[in-house]
Amino acid sequence: MKGFLLSFRSEFYKTRKTMGFWSAVLLPLAICLLLFMGFFNKSDHLANIPGFMAWLQFAGAILAVMGSLLLPMLIVFIAYSVNSIEHKAETWKSLFSLPIAKLSIYSAKYFYALFLVFLCLALFVLFTVGFGNFLSMLKPSLKFNEYHIEKLLAQIYFKLFLASLGILSIQFLLSLLFRDFLKPMGIGFVATIAGVIFANVNWQYAYLYPYSHPMLTIKGLVNSKMNNSPTMPQITVDIFTKDIFVSLTVAVAVFILGYFIVLRKSVK
Amino acid sequence: MVISTEGLSFNFGNQQVVRSLSLQVPEGSIYGFLGPNGAGKTTTIKLLLNLLKTDQGSIHIFNKELQSNRISILSQIGSLIEQPAIYLHLSGRENLLNRALLLQVSEKRVDEMLELVHLTGAAHKKAGKYSLGMKQRLGIALALLSDPKLLILDEPTNGLDPNGIIEVRELLIRLVTQHKKTVFVSSHLLAEIERMATHVGIIHRGEMLFQGSIKDLETISQPQVQVELDSTVDAANLLKKRGYLVTDVNDNHLSVPFMSKEQMGEINSLLNQNEYTVYSIRKVHKDLEKLFLDITQKV
Repeated sequence: MKGFLLSFRSEFYKTRKTMGFWSAVLLPLAICLLLFMGFFNKSDHLANIPGFMAWLQFAGAILAVMGSLLLPMLIVFIAYSVNSIEHKAETWKSLFSLPIAKLSIYSAKYFYALFLVFLCLALFVLFTVGFGNFLSMLKPSLKFNEYHIEKLLAQIYFKLFLASLGILSIQFLLSLLFRDFLKPMGIGFVATIAGVIFANVNWQYAYLYPYSHPMLTIKGLVNSKMNNSPTMPQITVDIFTKDIFVSLTVAVAVFILGYFIVLRKSVK
Repeated sequence: MVISTEGLSFNFGNQQVVRSLSLQVPEGSIYGFLGPNGAGKTTTIKLLLNLLKTDQGSIHIFNKELQSNRISILSQIGSLIEQPAIYLHLSGRENLLNRALLLQVSEKRVDEMLELVHLTGAAHKKAGKYSLGMKQRLGIALALLSDPKLLILDEPTNGLDPNGIIEVRELLIRLVTQHKKTVFVSSHLLAEIERMATHVGIIHRGEMLFQGSIKDLETISQPQVQVELDSTVDAANLLKKRGYLVTDVNDNHLSVPFMSKEQMGEINSLLNQNEYTVYSIRKVHKDLEKLFLDITQKV
C-alpha cells in the first residue's frame, strides 16, 4: 500500500507540469468558458425561458458531444499521456528496478489515469454549474438561478465516469504496450466511432461494447422518466444499468490482464 | 559473493544471448564486465535487476535468491542501464526529488548527490537541456541516491569527456575503498576497466571467456621476447628458418614467444653472429588490449 501511495504521488509530481495533467483541467474550463460566452452573447434568445430548460440547453450542449466523442477521446489521451512519459524518457527499466512491487507501480499509474478522468468530469460539473449561475448574475433575464441542477448533473457525470472505465482499461493497456501515439489513438478512434454507431442504431448488443457506453449513457437520459411538474421537473438517472455493469466488469478484467502482461513483459 | 549466478541463460526468440553464465562478484570489488558491443552485457545486467525473466539458471545477490527476494535485494542496488533514464521535462533536481520520493530519501541527500556529481549549478535547468555527460552524471547520482551497497552500472562513462571519465573512475574507486561498496561496471573498453577494476569478467557472444582478478588476467597473457633492431623482416626470416615462431614484425621490432632466459640469449647471439645489430632485447607481457582482442576473436 505504501508503494502504491508513493508511486501515486510520484505520478502527480512527474506530470504536474505536463499537458497530460493540465488538459484534464483546461479542457472543461475552456469548453465551459466558450459556452458561457456563447450564451452571454445570445442571452436575448434565451431570456425568460424556464430555468430547467435553460440548464438543459446549457449543460446539454456539452453532454451531447461528451458521449459521442469528447469523453472517449479524452480517455485515449489521458491513458496515453500517463504511459508515454515513461516511454519517452526510457524510464520503465528504472521504474521496475526500484524496490517497489510491480503491482504498486502498475496500479498507481492506472489509478492516476482514473483520477485524471474523474477530475476532468468533476470539473465539468463544477464549471457548468458555476458558469450557469454566473450567467444569471450578469444577465438576470436568464433564469439559471431558478433551478438547481447540481444533483442531477453530478449523477449524470458520475454515470459517465463509470461508463468510461471499460474504455480506460483498454486504452491504458494499449498505451502501455505501444510506444507510439498512433496505435492506441487509431484503435481508440475507430473503436469509438463504431461504438457511437452501435449505440445510435440501437444494436441490441451495444451494451456489451465498452466504446458504446458513454453514448448509451447520454441516450438513456433522453428516455429517462421525468415528472411533469412545470416549475420543478425532475429527471431520475438510473445509474446502475446493465451497460455500466459491463463497463465495470471489462475495466476489472482488463486491469488484471494488464498486470499479468506487465509481469511477463521484458522491460526494454 | 555479492553476485553469484549459475548456468544463467537467456534467449530472445530463437537467439541465445546469454549462455550458461557463471558470474562471481566478490564483496568490495570493482568488477569490470567486459565485452564487445552486442556480447550480452546489457541483457545480463537486466537479468540481474529482474527486468528480464531468467530462462535457465539461478541468480543470487547478497546470498539471496533474486526472484523470491526481489524487493529486499533491489533496495540495496543502485543501477544505471544504457543511457540514463531521465524525465527531460523536469530539472535535474526534480528528477532526483522524484526518485527520492519513491525511495523515501531526504531532500538533503538530493543536494549532496548534486554536489557529488557537480550538477549543483545546473540543478534547476531542465534535464532536456543537459549535455550527454551531464545526463550521465545525473544518472549516476540517481543510482547513488539510496546509498546502495551494490552499484550496477552499464557503460557509465559513455559520452563523457576525458575529465568526466577520470571523475567517474575516481568516484567509483572512492566508493569501494572508503565506503565499502561493491561496483559492477560493464564496458567495451578494456583500458577503462584496467585502470579501476579489481576483478574482470570477459563475455563474448553471451559466453564467459575469462573470469578472475585483474592479476590473473595479466598472468595468462603470454610473455614475449621483443627484439629491437634494423631490417626486422630479414631477421624474422632468419629466426623462422631456425625454427622460432615469430609472432609480430614491424619496422622497429619483432616478437617471439618467451620460453626461457637461455633462449633469449640464444636469439641474441644468433642475430649478432649474422651481423644484425640488436639495439635492445627484453621480455614483455602482451598488453591487455591485445589479450582482450585475442580472447574475443578466438571464439
